[in-house]
Amino acid sequence: MPTPSEQVFEQGLDVRDLTVRYGALVAVDDVSLALPRGEVMAVLGPSGCGKSTLLRAVAGLEPPASGRIRFDGADLAGVPTHKRGFALMFQDGQLFDHRSVAANVAYPLRIRRRPRGEVGARVAELLELVGLEGYGDRGPATLSGGERQRVALARALAVEPRLLLLDEPLSALDAALRERLGHDLRAILAASRTTALLVTHDHEEAFAVADRMALMRAGRLVQSGTPAEVWAAPADADAAGFLGYAAVLDGEPAEVVLRAAGLSSAGQVALRRSALRVDDGGPLTGRVVSARATPEATRLVVMVTGVGELAAVAHPGTPAPGPGEDVKLAVDGSRVAVIPFG
Amino acid sequence: MTGAVAPVTAGHPTARRLLALLGLAAGPVAVLCVFFVLPVAGMLAEGFWPDGTFDPQGVLEVLARPRVHRVLWFTLWSAAAGTVLTVLLGVPAAHVLYRLRFPGSRVLRAMLLMPFVLPTVVVGVAFRQVLGAGGPLASLGLDGTPAAIIAALVFFNLAVVVRTVGTAWEGLDPRPAQAAAALGASPRQVFLTATLPALRGAIVSAASVVFLFCATAFGVVLVLGGLRYATVETEIYLLTTQLLDLQAAAALSLLQLVVVTVLLYGAARTRARTAAVARRRTRARRPGRTDVPAVLVTLVALLLVAVPIVTLVVGSLQVGDGWGLDNYRALDTTGTDQVVLVPVTEALGNSLRIAVDATWMSVGLGLLVSVVVTRRSHSTAERRVRGGLDGFFMLPLGVSAVTLGFGFLITLDQPPLDFRDSPLLVPVAQALVALPLVVRTLAPVLAGIDDRQRQAATSLGASPLRALVTVDLALLRTPLLAAAGFAFAVSLGEFGATSFLARDDRPTVPVVIFKLLGHPGSQNYAMALAASVVLAAATATVMFVVERLRVPGVGGF
Repeated sequence: MPTPSEQVFEQGLDVRDLTVRYGALVAVDDVSLALPRGEVMAVLGPSGCGKSTLLRAVAGLEPPASGRIRFDGADLAGVPTHKRGFALMFQDGQLFDHRSVAANVAYPLRIRRRPRGEVGARVAELLELVGLEGYGDRGPATLSGGERQRVALARALAVEPRLLLLDEPLSALDAALRERLGHDLRAILAASRTTALLVTHDHEEAFAVADRMALMRAGRLVQSGTPAEVWAAPADADAAGFLGYAAVLDGEPAEVVLRAAGLSSAGQVALRRSALRVDDGGPLTGRVVSARATPEATRLVVMVTGVGELAAVAHPGTPAPGPGEDVKLAVDGSRVAVIPFG
Repeated sequence: MTGAVAPVTAGHPTARRLLALLGLAAGPVAVLCVFFVLPVAGMLAEGFWPDGTFDPQGVLEVLARPRVHRVLWFTLWSAAAGTVLTVLLGVPAAHVLYRLRFPGSRVLRAMLLMPFVLPTVVVGVAFRQVLGAGGPLASLGLDGTPAAIIAALVFFNLAVVVRTVGTAWEGLDPRPAQAAAALGASPRQVFLTATLPALRGAIVSAASVVFLFCATAFGVVLVLGGLRYATVETEIYLLTTQLLDLQAAAALSLLQLVVVTVLLYGAARTRARTAAVARRRTRARRPGRTDVPAVLVTLVALLLVAVPIVTLVVGSLQVGDGWGLDNYRALDTTGTDQVVLVPVTEALGNSLRIAVDATWMSVGLGLLVSVVVTRRSHSTAERRVRGGLDGFFMLPLGVSAVTLGFGFLITLDQPPLDFRDSPLLVPVAQALVALPLVVRTLAPVLAGIDDRQRQAATSLGASPLRALVTVDLALLRTPLLAAAGFAFAVSLGEFGATSFLARDDRPTVPVVIFKLLGHPGSQNYAMALAASVVLAAATATVMFVVERLRVPGVGGF
């Protein structure tokens, strides 16, 4: 019996031992990952970690130095980009400004010589799907950034690609728009049962859209799993930092926090910004260094006894302590992750 | 169960890309080899192998002649003076015409750009008309002096500086200048510390092209300089056609080839070293008080352009002591004493037919060349091959039209390459003369297309060819029309190569004008004026259409 890792993945994308080089630079270093059909995977990593190169290699835009890329069991080596049946959506959409919105969306259908009536109906359907009914005759240059990305998404989905490749699809948008479009993207991908590989440096984008996550650093895959798994147990302190944890504690301070949280495991402790809460019955003590009111809560920086300076929150309803005051703190176990000693 | 992992067989994408590149380049390379390398090589062989044996001594003797030294010196200093004056007039004019907003700016722009495509012979005729006996500026006594030649060179080349610097200025990011002003710099200081450094690349690039054009000017010098003031270019013509000293002509051609190639290489290096300036569309502003000096210089430039043209038109309408269209009516005759074999109207038909052929040839060739040289290279080998092709395709810019025409004459006269009677011989030569201009119009547009547009197209299922059509060609539609207009205008006015190649019974208009000028008789001269106006009007019309099609922020030479 082959072990699971040796099995050829029959349904969906299977990247095995992939290495991509730019001259002497190893951009993607021996990466393996599997993406079953119908799922959405986010590859998360800082800029320059090789995630975009990985995406371009899957698209057929960068030749691999070694390793293989398969889809539904078929090796894609030597298959040119336009024959892979994928679609790639760039960070800035890369709409064709010399064509109307409808003509952009129709582009992949025209390429495949679909009948005119079918193209028109499909374009209307897609524009409705991305919430841009009636935009067909507009020029891309007249659209806002979010609208452009929606058009790019509609264009990429037009022929129901076997695999949708998304290169930081939301990064160019502002925060509010990013959140809304992230929700929509997830809904649209689920409704169309699209298999998608998304790369991003924004953990919120990744969590908002993906069924699976893979963390990349310096060309290598550091960790992969469901968002909940990755979230609960970052592979190391760097991974925790990249996932949005505000602080990682080690040694004696880590043990203090673990005891206060009532956790028996051992290891490094990663804390979210709201992991510590002002609570008169809390097991930790500290002195407030600074306080800043926000609509949801008062955000504090507290010198925690035996631990050090950490972020904490005081929820509305309780009187917010000012700088110099002594407070008691409780630890919210759901906002703490333990990194086992490896 | 999987066995040993097989080696990656990605179809050697590097080799495949390289093959595709060479396949695409094969056509233009073949054309250039037959119609450029061969003639130029033939011309060089004429110099070094005069009797079939290698004899460089003859070439050295020619280069030692005192007359050759005089010609060389005059070529250099007149070109240098012309270049400096052109830049001094052209940069302020570029500011006024491309950065300021006022009614009529578009017409003035087209007017300043027109001389560039005006047939050189026409420019010569116009300046003669202004400075010669009876002309409005005859009292200056400049007729037949170097000053007249230099003024005509400036007239002719202003367009290069105005267009190159103007488009760069138009696309310049205004924020550094605004930042400098916000930090307390006066308008003059802003110009010197922020604007001028950003424009330096465009100015140097334009100046080097202007120097090149000045140093290889032919028609203007031939008409205005006569035998007394000859440049290398006119000297080659005189040696070939009048003195039949082919060896000396070949020696001078070789000298010119070397000098021009060195100059072009230097210009390309300067361009490469100039950092890319962020392109940005900025709104032109209304003229203000600080623009007064620039406006004054622009007026001088406009006068320099307008006076010869107006004088030319006025002269063409003068009949004896009165006015009339008699000179134009005479264009369907062959002039007094049968100076030309066919009526001027027939020559105009020849010119238009030849221009159509030259246009499709140079645009087709230029399009292929532009695609080949602008694609992004994926490997070192590919980059080297592409760089080599780039240099090769720019060679025609380094060879003067006269050398090319001369080379055609002595090499394409034997089977299987006997083109002496081919109606396509003249168009081919003109297409090669226009080729660098076509490439300079198309290549920047292609280079400006984000490669990811093509990648988006292929990722959506478009084959590379389909991506080329739907992305590149779609965006090139307007520049292609503009390039075609340029090629058409250049072909209409081309004189250097055509003067060698056009048969006496199938002349073009510039050839006829030169013939008419060379023969005494006021009727012939008046006909030359009228023909010049007709030719100028034709090219001006084409040029105006080109200017209307101009892609903002892209272009220049």
